[in-house]
Amino acid sequence: MSLIEKIKSMDRNSNAYTIMYSSAMVIIVALLLAVASTALKPAQTKNVETEKKIDILRSIGMAEGVEKATNKHSFVSENFTKYIAEQYVVNSNGDTITGVIAFNVDMKVEMAKPLEQRNLPVYKAKLDDGSVKYIIPLRGRGLWGPIWGYIALNDDLNTIYGATFAHQGETPGLGAEISTPEFQQQFKGKSIFQGDSILTFTSVKVVKGGATANDPHGVDAISGGTITSKGLESMLFDCLSGYQNYFDKVKKQLKS
Amino acid sequence: MSDVKEREPWFSPKNIKLLTGPINSQNPITVLVLGICSALAVTVKLKPAIVMAISVTVVTAFSNLIISLIRKSIPNRIRIIVQLVVIAALVILVDQILKAYVYDVSKQLSVFVGLIITNCIIMGRLEAFALGNKPWPSFLDGIGNGLGYGLILVIVAFFRELLGSGTIYGYRVIPTEWYIGNGGFYENNGMMILPPMALITVGIIIWIQRSRNRKLIEE
Repeated sequence: MSLIEKIKSMDRNSNAYTIMYSSAMVIIVALLLAVASTALKPAQTKNVETEKKIDILRSIGMAEGVEKATNKHSFVSENFTKYIAEQYVVNSNGDTITGVIAFNVDMKVEMAKPLEQRNLPVYKAKLDDGSVKYIIPLRGRGLWGPIWGYIALNDDLNTIYGATFAHQGETPGLGAEISTPEFQQQFKGKSIFQGDSILTFTSVKVVKGGATANDPHGVDAISGGTITSKGLESMLFDCLSGYQNYFDKVKKQLKS
Repeated sequence: MSDVKEREPWFSPKNIKLLTGPINSQNPITVLVLGICSALAVTVKLKPAIVMAISVTVVTAFSNLIISLIRKSIPNRIRIIVQLVVIAALVILVDQILKAYVYDVSKQLSVFVGLIITNCIIMGRLEAFALGNKPWPSFLDGIGNGLGYGLILVIVAFFRELLGSGTIYGYRVIPTEWYIGNGGFYENNGMMILPPMALITVGIIIWIQRSRNRKLIEE
């Protein structure tokens, strides 16, 4: 009697059969999923990497045409090397840290550390007209999960040149609106410091009921997306405040 | 097998009925009232609704097929667990494939793909149909139920996106000049993008369906 026949003749409701059946099932499913996961991993990692590059490029408005590009991956990496002139990591004192690649820094890990120990990535972009933009990564919490983004500052390190936000699972139509161009457009031209001679860090506030037209530090919140809007506001404050010393240093360098 | 049975044609009237029944008189959402939870969650915009509909159809069809193939070997006491493992494995596969090949859409659907596992329609069909029927009819039943679910999802998403955001499939239908903010007379109905309106929309669909098909009305 072969093994298969032996199994076939077993009582379907016996404990032995049940245990055998479930063990075999679990092993088969685990194998299948492991194979699928390993096989699809390279494509997924590439997607994530390209996505990050698109986000960075989008903050300086250089990601247009990416939807129409025949090969998205090569289009993105070409533009990325073209516009992102430098990338480096600084600490909260504004000193450059060597030996860390900015692109590989995981903001989720960094934001969990105390401010003094954080690796803060900076991407320095050079546009076609020769102007320099500083791109700062952002990471925070929305209503359902993490939100993140990139904010590009002009070389005065005060005026916002562009911003882009993304989220994992905010409510579609409500909190998820932070990833629409309409919302992100509002950030253009806002400034993160207040005052004329002595600058104080104020970040950008998300105003419920709509910001006044000439408010330099406020944008309209999303109706129905209050917690996401508030999360975005504190994300901007928390992430940008870590760079204050670095901003001061660069400004001094520019003046001298 | 020794006895020669007369083979049923692949698309016999009975099998066709398995496919079309769930779209109308056996609809999982409007008649059986299953899968309401995800119908509320993913119908704010049309695109996620369509991808969700396709994903659910794939999962119902193949989980029905697999369970039907192994139905005689499943120990009765752990049959629900076996069904769950099959569904979960398929959902993870769908999620991984979406992440690898249609990354944008997979990002939009985010947690809802994972939540297909908890969709009552799938387990309902496995228990009610696949455990007692041959693989091919089970497969058709899965596709039929997936499509029936998807159809309602798309109808609800169409109206919610149109009235709630003024767009269809992401394209603007209601001109921006019409909006009050731009000096017009129109305003999006913010209520439409909130979950209660999905329930009301489904209710209206059920009402229309029952007024046209009187057999569905309970005594």
